Amino acid sequence: MAADTPNALDMSLVEARDGLVRKAFSSVELTTAALAAVEALNPRLNAYITVTGDQALAQAAQADAAIAAGEAGPMAGVPVGIKDLFCTKGVRTTAASNILRDFVPPYESTVTANLRRDGAVFLGKTNLDEFAMGSGNLTSAFGPVENPWKRAGSDAALVPGGSSGGSAAAVAAGLGFGATGTDTGGSIRQPASYCGITGIKPTYGRCSRFGTIAFASSLDQAGPMARTVADCAVMLGSMAGFDAQDSTSVDRPVPDYLAACGRSLKGLRIGIPREYHAPGMPAEIEAIWQQGIAWLRDAGCEIVDVSLPHTKYGLATYYIIAPAECSSNLARYDGVRFGARVAGGTLDELYENTRRAGFGDETRRRIMMGTYVLSAGYYDAYYLKAQKVRSLIQRDFTDVFADVDVLLTPTAPSAAFAQDEKPSDPVQMYLNDIFTVPASMAGVPAMSVPAGVDAQGLPLGLQLIGRFFDEETLFAVGSALERAAAFTHRPALRASDVARAGIAS
Amino acid sequence: MSLDTATVRRIARLARIGIEENETEGLARELNGIFGWIEQLDEVDVSGVAPMIGTGLATPRMREDVVTDGDRRDDVLSNAPDRVDAFFTVPKVVE
Repeated sequence: MAADTPNALDMSLVEARDGLVRKAFSSVELTTAALAAVEALNPRLNAYITVTGDQALAQAAQADAAIAAGEAGPMAGVPVGIKDLFCTKGVRTTAASNILRDFVPPYESTVTANLRRDGAVFLGKTNLDEFAMGSGNLTSAFGPVENPWKRAGSDAALVPGGSSGGSAAAVAAGLGFGATGTDTGGSIRQPASYCGITGIKPTYGRCSRFGTIAFASSLDQAGPMARTVADCAVMLGSMAGFDAQDSTSVDRPVPDYLAACGRSLKGLRIGIPREYHAPGMPAEIEAIWQQGIAWLRDAGCEIVDVSLPHTKYGLATYYIIAPAECSSNLARYDGVRFGARVAGGTLDELYENTRRAGFGDETRRRIMMGTYVLSAGYYDAYYLKAQKVRSLIQRDFTDVFADVDVLLTPTAPSAAFAQDEKPSDPVQMYLNDIFTVPASMAGVPAMSVPAGVDAQGLPLGLQLIGRFFDEETLFAVGSALERAAAFTHRPALRASDVARAGIAS
Repeated sequence: MSLDTATVRRIARLARIGIEENETEGLARELNGIFGWIEQLDEVDVSGVAPMIGTGLATPRMREDVVTDGDRRDDVLSNAPDRVDAFFTVPKVVE
């Protein structure tokens, strides 16, 4: 398939990579096609904040030269998007915040450096909720992202989920073969579910946090988002690895995740946590969960009912710990050393004016929540208490993983909602992460795989949660789910249709 | 624990976030809603439970006590919103 045919951008990342190595097409051709699709669709989707076309074509030419020389890395020539939370040297990195609107990092994050080492081509920086705080990509200072999926018979703009909403929308629409995400409480998995793609939050410590703009340091973890499980396996293999510049990076070899995708599931024990039957959860999500259980049983797994008794406290615990860490991390934005500044008569006025103007409503709210729970007189009642409940949540997982290999749950309690259906109550918005937060609290790896669509034609994901550093089993089970689901639905807005229309006109 | 407007002003001051007087009531209501919901944690018995500080997966590492980075003055200053020569600037803090 030539790179300028309409369907080139529908290929999987693995197919694109293999085609490049076979020299069926060049990276310059593929990157040119991807950039044209971004130019056509991004004005509507707003998935990219910054498009780096010239740089992408230069990287593509380098990749083509490496392939010609027989020195292709595992991501050689593959165009991908980078969440605008990863610092990229010389390329504006905003965290979707006004306070970093003109920030140009003088250094490169380890995750993006690893992808570049392996030959990846960066199309640009993808949109997100401001500082990765949100579940709908509605808090970005650069405007909301439109989900390329549509409800049947409706053109209403749906949210792509958040916070990695630009990455999810870009990948779903074909504006890149994969994208980096970060996940603090569900920010890879929930948008993956809303956009019908796959995403994995690896074990805390698997990917370096160096150069990734911090939100909640004990929870933040980078991971890949792509259209297939195998694509995520290739991309995670590149992103992961020990880094001395991150004190929480774990020094252990990166396994061959792609090989793990083909493993047999015979004899695996799959836990079904009874606490994930959320009250008011749509029947369609319950049904797709039951379907997933049946698929894994058919694949030779043993299904086991299990209990994670502290599940219901995950979110409330998260909304103490994450804002506490956020208030500390975001203290650095003071209008003095980098970022936007709003003048003031005194130093305190300068700080207050800068931080009021530079942060959006949700970011200011979370900084204030965090400041409150860490303040004198409230620290023990809130922060220390939450750290103790977090111990119990982690213990739930270590207990249950003594008995089962993987947990299967829904990824989110709903399908994508419309931009104008955003709940006005922050707590209602926070409930979108009810199924994803517990794994983040524990630090265990978790993956979302598209499993089906609801009655309106919107994608629904299933979540797999694994043992510490056992991403391989997640890739094995995720691949089996993917095969069984045979998820071939595609969003209404896609790069290949734009390309086809361009050729027809 | 009910969070009043005086507390909102105190938190905003601690966080160095400017707020207008007419915002304090709305913020107090919103934060009370969130902390009211968070109070469900009171049901959990945490007696004898150690607090979890990080995930505990990485082993603390020692390294040689040597300089590993530096000589990057221009990089460090490159994003300063205002500077004079090699210095960041702030409003006068000493009379």
